[in-house]
Amino acid sequence: MSVSSDSYPLTGMASRFVEQLTQCRKLKLKVLEGSGKHVLIELPYDTQLVGYPDTGVIHGGVITTLMDTASGCAVVCSIFDKFRLLEISPTLDLRVDYMKPAEPHKPVFGFAECYKLSSSVAFTRAIAYQDSIDDPIAHAVGSFMRISPEMVGEEFRQALIGGDEYA
Amino acid sequence: MHDELHLSVDPALDDSAKLDVKSIVRKAKELNDFGHLLEHVPYAKFIGMGVERFGDELVFKLPAKDDNIGNPILPALHGGVIAGFMEMSAIVQLMVFMQTTKVPKVVDFSIDYLRAGYHKDSFAECKITRQGRRVGNVSINCWQTNRKHLIATARAHFLID
Repeated sequence: MSVSSDSYPLTGMASRFVEQLTQCRKLKLKVLEGSGKHVLIELPYDTQLVGYPDTGVIHGGVITTLMDTASGCAVVCSIFDKFRLLEISPTLDLRVDYMKPAEPHKPVFGFAECYKLSSSVAFTRAIAYQDSIDDPIAHAVGSFMRISPEMVGEEFRQALIGGDEYA
Repeated sequence: MHDELHLSVDPALDDSAKLDVKSIVRKAKELNDFGHLLEHVPYAKFIGMGVERFGDELVFKLPAKDDNIGNPILPALHGGVIAGFMEMSAIVQLMVFMQTTKVPKVVDFSIDYLRAGYHKDSFAECKITRQGRRVGNVSINCWQTNRKHLIATARAHFLID
């Protein structure tokens, strides 16, 4: 995975997108980086999210939500970077492979990229990790349906548009 | 991951007994209340899911809940919540029907979204389609108003003991 080291000009828009999603506010997801190439999101540990009470390990469903959000957000950023248009793409499918449990009491990071944008479908891959991206908790591939920008809705559009991205 | 689980725990020791998966499953069967299993899982409470038994079958339920919304415009459930609900359903199905002594560990989870999950009650049912000695394969269907109009379908592999 290659990430532009320059700057992450879409961090603001990616943050506003994630902030619009109620479940993501409940999970306290925080966008750390956003660009036309990638998105990086932090999921803080919370005992409410535990799926394995004996060990305190969070539920796989939370990891899936993180990956789905990061991937969908990467699609939004990629389309905006390329066309200066806002499209909100619903998930068609998502496959998550779990390599190891997330360590309790530590945040999980979700890195996603939209590696191919076709006229009607966007393809993504994502990694969830804690200490190092080379030591993943889970890996995901997904595809997202592209829908026309008119479907976004004015309210959502206004909520996503900031200032910096148009500069 | 689940090495802390013990098989022989005095049920009187409530905190320890909570960790004893087999006794929790047994108790759920005795009480005929599989919600008992979900009460021990914080994430199940976080999304608000429940389960009901009809004869030999389990039907899982995710009541409409504002916090589970992703897209606020439709409004629609967050795809990740649907996936989490289906994954947890599969785990309970395996624990109940394969009498596992440990909580099954998910290996992979693959979901197809077929239509938008609206802001209303959702249901899921699972089928254990294959069981090796160590791996269980589960397919999960999720619907809202009509069982024939699935909103998502998924399949997953779990490591079982």
